[in-house]
Amino acid sequence: MKRSSAPIFWSMFGAGGLLSALVGPALVYLTGIAAPLSWGVPLDLMSYPRMLAFAQHWAGKAVVFLVVALFLWHAAHRIYHTLHDLGLHSKALGQWIVYGPSALLTAWLAWALLSIGF
Amino acid sequence: MAEGDRSPGASIEVEVLRYRPEQDSEPFYQSFTVPYAEDLSVLQALQHIKDDLDSTLSFRWSCRMAICGSCGLMINGIPKLGCRTFLREYYPGRVRVGPLNHFPIERDLVVDIEDFVGKLEKIHPYIIPREPRTLDQGEYLQTPRQLQRYLQFSNCINCTLCYAACPQYGLDPAFLGPGITALLHRYNADSRDGGQAKRAAIMHAEDGVWGCTAVSYCSEVCPKAVDPANAINQNKMASAMDYFLRFVKPGGARK
Repeated sequence: MKRSSAPIFWSMFGAGGLLSALVGPALVYLTGIAAPLSWGVPLDLMSYPRMLAFAQHWAGKAVVFLVVALFLWHAAHRIYHTLHDLGLHSKALGQWIVYGPSALLTAWLAWALLSIGF
Repeated sequence: MAEGDRSPGASIEVEVLRYRPEQDSEPFYQSFTVPYAEDLSVLQALQHIKDDLDSTLSFRWSCRMAICGSCGLMINGIPKLGCRTFLREYYPGRVRVGPLNHFPIERDLVVDIEDFVGKLEKIHPYIIPREPRTLDQGEYLQTPRQLQRYLQFSNCINCTLCYAACPQYGLDPAFLGPGITALLHRYNADSRDGGQAKRAAIMHAEDGVWGCTAVSYCSEVCPKAVDPANAINQNKMASAMDYFLRFVKPGGARK
């Protein structure tokens, strides 16, 4: 009986789910509400120079990479199973449709983070 | 049954799915009017129909007390045991009784559970001793904590209600499914058992634990409070750990 490759995607789904539960609401609040309205945070909290400096630091890169990539793989896995529930039963096709873009976007994210330098 | 609880003359409409392959081209619902009492079960209503109204009705039953697992039915669209579902839950409305979803109908309310039985045989559903012991060495000892790890899963009565509830099994019967995974876990999680390797290939397969999408309706309909969704989740974790760690375990990468 062939071993499933699901653990690879399932573990990224799990990690992304944990991370989004931990930091998702705080990120939505900070980036979507508090920073634009400057509620209790400096007006320039998310200004371009600050964000660039954040993304140029190795630790900032790691945070951005993990948050964006794992959220992406988490969402992809949910959509994959939703496709199955909606009647697309070809597992291979479903995987190409959702994990393909996730893989491309993850690669692009890594390239983008590296190309802005340290 | 306590005659005193019966309101004189009260009755309830019971619709039963009929399908007799030698004469019916397709299944249809047949309506019966059955005497109503507060303490009558749906199974007793079916027995009344067979005894007094239409002896050609076919259905499975045995113990009448939720331990044999034979009388699983769709009752108003929900998988339930006929013996522990009472007419009073529906009275004065009607009760609609059908065969369990997701299984081929053999006749009337009798379904073909060959697929379930075949899967049950494949998982080695018995304790394979971790180490051989002679009678002189005495019994296998187990602590209450070790017992708790598998106890609830050992309550499964093979009634297959969870299979009728599982949308994934409905979409793809190759999926191992909730009840069998709970039983697989029941033996794997037993401290006396050493048969995990024999059950591993079935569990790690795409149609093993990975066919589950965590709908959890299986655990809701279980009449014995088994939690198959929990068994599957625990084994997804175990299967994922094994997937990555097999390369660093002695002899693991060969599997």
